[in-house]
Order: sequence, then C-alpha cells, then structure tokens
Amino acid sequence: MNKILLMILQRFGLGLLTLFVVSVIIFIGVEFLPGDIAEALLGQGASPENVAALRKKLGLDVPAHTRYVNWWLNVIQGDFGTSLANGRDIAELIRVRLANTLFLAVVAASVSVPLAILFGILAALYRNSLYDRSVNIITLGAVSAPEFLVAYVLILYFSVTLGWFPSLSNVDADTSFFERLHRVTLPAVTLTGVILAYMMRMVRASIINLLASAYIEMAHLKGMPKLRVIIRHALPNAWAPIANIIAISLAYLVVGVVVVEVVFIYPGLGQLMVDSVSTRDIPVVQACSMIFAGTYILLNLTADIVSICTNPRLLHPK
Amino acid sequence: MNNRLLEIRNLEIDGESDEVWHEIIKDLDLDLDRGEVLGLIGESGAGKSTLGLAAMNFVRPGCRIRGGTIRFDGQELTAQSETTLRKLRGVRIAYVAQSAAASFNPAHQLIDQFSEIPVVHNVKNRQDAEADAKGLYRRVLLPDPDAIGYRYPHQVSGGQLQRAMTAMALSCRPDLIIFDEPTTALDVTTQIEVLTTIRDIVREFNTAAIYISHDLAVVAQMADRIMVLRYGELVEEATTREMMSDPKMDYTKSLWAVRSFKKETETAATEINPVVKVDNVTAGYAQEDILKNVTFEIHRGQTVAIVGESGSGKSTAARVITGLLPPRLGNIQFNGQVLPKSFKARNKDQLRHVQMIYQMADTALNPRQRIRNIIGRPLSFYLNLTGQKREERIRELLSLIELEPDLYIDRFPDELSGGQKQRVSIARALAAEPEFIICDEVTSALDQLVAEGILRLLDRLQREFNLAYMFITHDLATVRAIADNVVVMLQGEIVEQGPKTDVFSPPHHEYTELLLSSVPEMDPDWLNELITHREKHGVMASTSTS
Repeated sequence: MNKILLMILQRFGLGLLTLFVVSVIIFIGVEFLPGDIAEALLGQGASPENVAALRKKLGLDVPAHTRYVNWWLNVIQGDFGTSLANGRDIAELIRVRLANTLFLAVVAASVSVPLAILFGILAALYRNSLYDRSVNIITLGAVSAPEFLVAYVLILYFSVTLGWFPSLSNVDADTSFFERLHRVTLPAVTLTGVILAYMMRMVRASIINLLASAYIEMAHLKGMPKLRVIIRHALPNAWAPIANIIAISLAYLVVGVVVVEVVFIYPGLGQLMVDSVSTRDIPVVQACSMIFAGTYILLNLTADIVSICTNPRLLHPK
Repeated sequence: MNNRLLEIRNLEIDGESDEVWHEIIKDLDLDLDRGEVLGLIGESGAGKSTLGLAAMNFVRPGCRIRGGTIRFDGQELTAQSETTLRKLRGVRIAYVAQSAAASFNPAHQLIDQFSEIPVVHNVKNRQDAEADAKGLYRRVLLPDPDAIGYRYPHQVSGGQLQRAMTAMALSCRPDLIIFDEPTTALDVTTQIEVLTTIRDIVREFNTAAIYISHDLAVVAQMADRIMVLRYGELVEEATTREMMSDPKMDYTKSLWAVRSFKKETETAATEINPVVKVDNVTAGYAQEDILKNVTFEIHRGQTVAIVGESGSGKSTAARVITGLLPPRLGNIQFNGQVLPKSFKARNKDQLRHVQMIYQMADTALNPRQRIRNIIGRPLSFYLNLTGQKREERIRELLSLIELEPDLYIDRFPDELSGGQKQRVSIARALAAEPEFIICDEVTSALDQLVAEGILRLLDRLQREFNLAYMFITHDLATVRAIADNVVVMLQGEIVEQGPKTDVFSPPHHEYTELLLSSVPEMDPDWLNELITHREKHGVMASTSTS
C-alpha cells in the first residue's frame, strides 16, 4: 500500500512542477504580446508621459522577472492580486466565473461520460454491425464539425426557429438552479457533441483491444455469455484506459469551453480570459491559465491514480 | 459405435489475411473415442490449434468453417445455435491454453475464475463449486490447495497456473478436454510435473483429450494415438507405439530425425588466454543479487552453453558481459584485458568484438529498415565502410548466411520467414567482425527443422572464423548438439561446469541429473519409468516453487 502512496505522491510532485513551468511560459507569453495594459487602457492618443505614469501606478515599471517573483510570493499566500483593468480582487472575480464554468462542464460531463461508455461498449460488442457502423459515422461527423459551427446551428434551430432555449446563456447570482440548467442546455449539448464522439471511439477501441486477449478467448471457451464476458472479464481490465480517455476529455471540456462560452456569451472563466488577454490584464490571464492548467493536471493525476488502483499487480502484491 | 465421442468429417476451415481467404484446414477427418487421448503433432502453421478449437465448433476471429461436419456425442455442432454451443463449452468440452499466464484474467482470483463455470452453467452453486475447486487443486498437487485459489494469477508461478488451469477445465467434469501446448512455456523440470498431473487426471476421470504439441517426445508420453499434421492436412495417423517405432511418411521421419545434428569435433581450449573471462561476478537489480560469484571462461573457437531454468541468471550473465548491467563485484576480461563495466565506457573496438543474437528476431530487427540497412549499419559504424565497399560486404554476408543477395537485400524483415530473420540477425552480428558472439535462446522460437538449419549455420561460421560462442538455452537437446563446454546454473550460482562429455556423463551433480532426466525422450514409456524411478529414489520434486 505504501508503494501506491509513494507513486501517487510522486505524480503529485510532478504535477506541481508542471504547474510551475506552465506559469513561466504563460508569463513570458503575455510579456511578448505587443503593447501593455497602460496603452490598452489609455488608448492610442495617450501621451508617453501619461502612459509612463499609469505604468508606474500599476507597478509595471519594475522588471518582468521581479514582477513574476512577487506574483508567486503572493500566490503562495493565497493572494492572486487585483485586476489591472478595474482594480477588483481577482480571487473574487474568478470565484463566480469558475463556478459558472464548472457548472457547465459538470452538466456536459454527466451527460457525455455515461453515454460514451455505454455507446462504446455496445459498439465494441456488436462490432461491424449496422449499429456500430452508424454510430461510427455519426460520431465521426460530430468530431469533424468545429464546435462554433455546431453552436450556431443549434442556436439557429432550437432558439431562433423553435424558441425552446435562449440563444444567450447569461446567468447571474440570482438565477435559480433549473433556470440555469435551461440556459446552459445549448452550450452543454455543443460540448457533449464534441467530446462524446471522441470518448466513445476511444472506449470502443480499448475494449476491442482487450477483447483480443487470451483470457477473453478463454472466457468464451468456458461458455460464458457475451454480456458477462464484457462486464466481468473485459471491463475490470479496461478502467485504466477508460479513465485516461475520460480525463483527457474532461480536461478538454474545461479548456475547450472558451469557444463555446464566447459564442453563447456565458459568463464563465473562458470569457474572462479572452477579455483579459485583449486588455493585457496579466494577473487575471495568469490566474485563469493556472486554473486551466491545474484542472488539466488534476484530471490526469486522477486518471493515473485510477490506473494504479485498478491494477491487480499493484493492488495485490506478491 | 456407441463409444465414439467426437467425429469430424471433411472439415475445411479458412483464414483471412489481407482480405484474402486461404485454407487453414483442408478436408480433415478426426475420430475420438471416450477416454481416449489423441495427440496432434506438427510445426507452427500446421493448423493444430485451429483443429483443436474446431472440436468445440469455435473459430478465432478472422477464420470461418467452410465445410464439413463436427459430431460431438451424436450431436451435429455446426448446425447449433451460439447459445447451445455456449452451454456445451466449459461443461462438456473444456480447453487448456498454452499460456496460462495470459489465459487467466489478471483482475480476478483463481477460484473465482474456476467457480464461474459451474455457477453460470447451473451445475453447482457457488459454495459447492469452491469446495470442489479446493479438492481439485489438491488433486493437481498445488501447494496449499485451500488457500491458493484466493490468489491472483500474477501471484502464482507459471507451472502452478498451468495446473490451476487443468483443474479449472475439470470443474464440470467434461467428456473432452483440449490441451493446446500446455507445457511449452514451462521449464523442463516443471514440465514433467505438469505432464504427470495431466496424464493422471485424464485417466482418473476417464476424460477424452486432444493433446496438441510440436514436441514429439511430449506427445509420445501423453497420447494413445497420434495424428501428424502439415499445412492443414493429415500426413499420417497411427497408434503412438506404431508411430514411434515405424513412421511411414518421409515428413514424419524427418520430424523424428530432427535431433540428429551434432557438432563434428569438440574443440578443447587451445590457448592459455580465453577470449572472454567472467571473473567472480556478482550482479543484480535493486537489492537483489541475480548472479552470485560467477566465474567461467570462453576460448577461441569454442562454444560454451549456459544451461538453467528461467530465473537462473543466464540472461543476466549476458547483460553483464555486454555491459548493459554493470556488475557489483568482479569484472569481465576480454583477451586478458579488463573491460569497463558499463558499455558506455567501452570504446568502439571493445564493443565491436562482443556481439549478440537474440531469441526473437521479430523484435530484434527494425521492421522499417531494409535488410541492406540492417546489415550495413554495423559495417559503417564499426568499420567505416561506405559506398561500393559496403554494398559488396553486405552481399558477401548474405551469401554467407545462405540467402541469395539479389533476392533479399531490398526486403523488409516482414517479408522473411522466422528462420530467415534469424539468419539476418546472425549476419548483422557477423558484420562487426567480432571474436565473440552471445546467442540468447536463438532457436527457441523456431520449428525444429528450421532451428537445426540455424545450428548448422552457426557451427559452420564458427569453424570458418574461429568464433567463440556463448550459447544461452534451456533446451538440453541443443546443448548436446553444439556445446563444447557446459555451465549449469541454478538460482544465480554455477552448480557445475566443464567439458560437455564430463558434465553430461555420470556421476552428475544432483541438479544436473534432475535437468537431464527431465528432458522428454521419444520412448512412450519414458515418463512412467522416470516417475517410478524418482518415487523410489525420492528425487526433489521441484526447484522452482516461487
């Protein structure tokens, strides 16, 4: 058991290291963008003196590496700083946006994950049947369509023509749970369409891969019914690959949400980040990217832990 | 004909590769009576496994039964629905696979995999099934039969898994068990025990069996009657004794004669200095020592065979000599000079003189390189040959390994047979113009006739270039054929070493005796006599019970 704990700690440490590297890359990346927030705020007609004054006020006259170190020192203490654009507390700013984004992601995930596993298993079970082929074609189509296109098509039919759902998904603190659910339906469906196809195909592939193993043939030769072979003999060995597929898809869900949020004007983290990049609001961009990167790392860590914990060799050592 | 259990007539099975169907089984008949054991013999690709599985009317994906009838206990199987067949499988016909390690599901305990057969088929309830499992585990001589079932497959050794699988096949007391090479993956000493268990079980329960193997000596011990297959066709069929004493067909005779190759002269050490000396080496991984104080020498023109069971440290010795695993203690000397411990610290010349040939030519050759590049690479790396000179040398090497240069130089490894691939591996090792070659189980993955060709080639090259070979193998027949000196290893230590004639003639060390006596012989009475002999003298039953 200690061995498993050690492996998990190791993965966790690597995750933190990745997070650090990501923060450096983001910081440098934003530094390279032409212009800074002082120019963005004051507009093109501003005099160089005014710009310099604003820079000094915002602390931008300090060299980049000092700013970076200071930023880290604050983050470690739990302080993400204040937005350069409007002076609001970033932690507060992000809290609401993050909650919105997670809500959308969770809704999309809770629909797509079970469906993907079910469709994937069925497709593997009835390989090359009519069902398998039609599911393949449909999902392949869904994967190929860019998500903004899917989003606009959905808006066209379900909100413009039929009027079932709103085309803008703006929510605020007062919106009730069911009202929220109603408003995020279209963005959630868009996201589901994109990741469902991918996940389902990967589940299908990993199950088919497993079905070629000797112990599956043995289960057939023992006269086990087809369903039992899948559920009892294939699935327990499939959790590791499936967990990986789900983790990557969910990570994509959280990150890929940017485009969808912009299309539906949904007040989530993606929107916030896009806005902040255009105003060169470095602390906000930095905070958002850290959250995105953290989510990615956390999900992959979870997948790792699931693969470790479902491996009988590690679970039941000699 | 009430006693007839299985009757296959005009069976034809096709297999698909690259969207073309070709015949795997051609118009085959097979009869089996109750309680009878039928041996199926043939080289790889002869269709043995396909025929064995067809007895359950089962074909692997990519195969189909094109014609013929399979009658089991009066019931025509080819006409049955999948559900009817399913109820037959595991209950009345059971299967024991070649690799028990791969055929047990890694996610479940052994006893779960045993019990699900009687439980799913409504033969027994779970409790009775578990009790029965324990009884059968005891019957197949598994250690700690009441508890071993609760282990996972990876917690049990290969020989034990094979017994557990035999026990599992018996769970519903079937009328017929198909044994598909059940001992091929085992060490000789373990093989004996599993063979004995299988034979006793088959007799005790009066189960009919189809015993599939490429090893004639093994089949001779197990079967009442033998069918020889080749390219999906029947070559010859007779009772075991008749077949052993008087094979009719040329192909059968060639199979019988396979082990006839023997090195012409034995080479004694000619010079005082050996080419390679392994000097008091201790090496291993993590905290564990795999090799313990191992010392042996290999002289020019000599073949030293390293013999031992899996886990005895044979391959580790090779890794230490090549510098892949730096030893903890001791050193490796080459022509009297101490070699750096790690290959990284060795110079090109030191690397050039120690070459290796691997067991699996499939994985040792880069599938994306043509033969020209595979053999040409060491020529340019070690000898700085380029252009025309390199091309000429490649052709020369191909002729040396008896492959027509024009025909083969532009091929990829996939376009060669197993034996040809191994020949290319030999050419690659030769290209470096080494003094010493390590051959790691180079013939184990090959059919006997092909393997013999490889041994002959290696022997010829040795005489031509005065090469020193270190031959790692678990196959004592190979050792008898090619070795000058023999080193016997057990659990990382050398038990005995010396000239082949000394090691292989009595008096033996106790372990050497066990190894030698465990090699199956063609005599159908061999196993009986051996068991009687061992029971009388109380020879250790097993050395590998991890």
